Amino acid sequence: MTNVALVQFKPRKGDYAANLAALGAIFAQLRAAPTDLIVLPEAALTGYFLEGAVYELALGAPAFAADLNRIWRDGGGGTVDVVCGFFENDGGTFYNSALYVRLGPTEPQIVHVHRKLFLPTYGVFDEERFHTRGRKLGVFSSAFGPSAILICEDAWHAITSTVAALKGARLIIVPSASPGRGLSAGRELENVVQWKSKLANIAEEHGVYVLYAGLTGFEGGKGFSGSTCALSPRGEMIAEAPALGECVLRVVLDEAEVDVARSMLPLLGDLQSALPDLWFDPELPLPRGIREAVES
Amino acid sequence: MIPEIVAPRYDPAAALAIDGPTTAAWLEGFLRDELIGRRNITRAVLGLSGGIDSAVVAYLCARALGPQNVHAIRMPYRTSSPDSLNDAQTVIDALGINAKTIEISDAVDGYLRVAPDADGRRRGNVMARMRMLVLFDQSARLGALPIGTGNKTERLMGYFTWHADDTPPVNPIGDLFKTQVWALARYLGVPVAVIDKPPSADLEANQTDEGDLGITYAKADQILHLILSGYRDANIVDRGFAPDDVALVRRRVDTTHWKRHLPTTALVSATAINEFYLRPVDY
Repeated sequence: MTNVALVQFKPRKGDYAANLAALGAIFAQLRAAPTDLIVLPEAALTGYFLEGAVYELALGAPAFAADLNRIWRDGGGGTVDVVCGFFENDGGTFYNSALYVRLGPTEPQIVHVHRKLFLPTYGVFDEERFHTRGRKLGVFSSAFGPSAILICEDAWHAITSTVAALKGARLIIVPSASPGRGLSAGRELENVVQWKSKLANIAEEHGVYVLYAGLTGFEGGKGFSGSTCALSPRGEMIAEAPALGECVLRVVLDEAEVDVARSMLPLLGDLQSALPDLWFDPELPLPRGIREAVES
Repeated sequence: MIPEIVAPRYDPAAALAIDGPTTAAWLEGFLRDELIGRRNITRAVLGLSGGIDSAVVAYLCARALGPQNVHAIRMPYRTSSPDSLNDAQTVIDALGINAKTIEISDAVDGYLRVAPDADGRRRGNVMARMRMLVLFDQSARLGALPIGTGNKTERLMGYFTWHADDTPPVNPIGDLFKTQVWALARYLGVPVAVIDKPPSADLEANQTDEGDLGITYAKADQILHLILSGYRDANIVDRGFAPDDVALVRRRVDTTHWKRHLPTTALVSATAINEFYLRPVDY
């Protein structure tokens, strides 16, 4: 069993030190119950819409891990795993990233850094103006088991969760910052309805747990629609938060549920056998070299 | 014969439907975050005209901040309709918010004495800008943030005085079409008399918005929604709208983009503000 705390966080725009301190208080709160994994949203400690200020607030992954480790250590002993979105500065190249780090009494252990693959640059979004896109979707060993991180739009593309599941992921973690919009869908914003539909599809199709941590609060009129939630490998909603307001969502993940879900709906196994026929279709826009190899 | 199932046709009114509770909760959250969270200001001040837009904003502010923290300023000119003052009073009474009436006649007429040839449009602009001057001064007096009351329809149609109605730093209804403001007003419980009366800028006698614009808000909103969604005029006509109405709305939008921007600044460097040097408004 893995005890997870999803944190629906509302940063103070651009005030990294204040947000880090606020997270320290949340860490202290989380120590009151067993916690193996803490999940925070995209750009959690800076705010999302930074434009050129990305270059002022981006950090290297080791420095960010050290800051998280310090506030965890300041609250007491023990270890915990944390996923947190941040703007990454890798030697002058900037990414919208999420860090998976193991915090404890000594040095932090960086387990994985996912760099956002799909940078929305349309409408209200302007990510590729300020960030470079990631090039790799990795599966790593989390507190739960084989896992992958997809940041926000990454999860809107069916192929990303498919690739993650094919590479062995049994848990998909989605840090997100989704500006709320659309008022005609009833008691939920339209983008929240869309998110829940997509997350349920990911969980059910691949038999994976899905953890979604959403940013909340307003940035210059654009309100992030929170709605942090967890879905079972059968696509069922386990727990969900409202759109507005900070909160912690506690869920327990049971490793056995993945096997049970996959045995009842073996779509992932079916895909593994059908995949070569689909993947090596010469009509697909395959990269140069692969196409020649397939055709030969 | 087997049964046929026919998909519903495009319903332009349904496309603009809003959920009252969701909308109100979202906009209240916006006001609290913008005032208290971002600026540490607990009080709001707004011009209360007696019309639907400022009434809805007063209701949202009262719900978000508490009625004791909302200050409504009525700013009549000597030709303003007495009904406007009375309708504003019903909103003040219903909400229990603070209220003050400041006549702008002397200030407006003081300027117009040196501009006696000003036509109705110029006089209306002077009144609108005088109201904004008063509102910002009252903001300083009260330690309260001015709240905007312009809706999306008038913003898109350019139906407002530049650097007057659009100046408050925070506006909760600027992304709601007029018909959506009406729907929200009904959910919030705005007095029926305020909801049902013909919208008017009340800058001249017997003036109505729809008379000025040459189209009803219901039609304008539906056409605007389609234009903003990316449809071409021919596509919009295909959905049942009159070509003249589509052309009127398109012309108003296309000739007023400048009113929705800050002044144009000559770019001469690689660090031009808001061109190269990009920082969000709340940074």
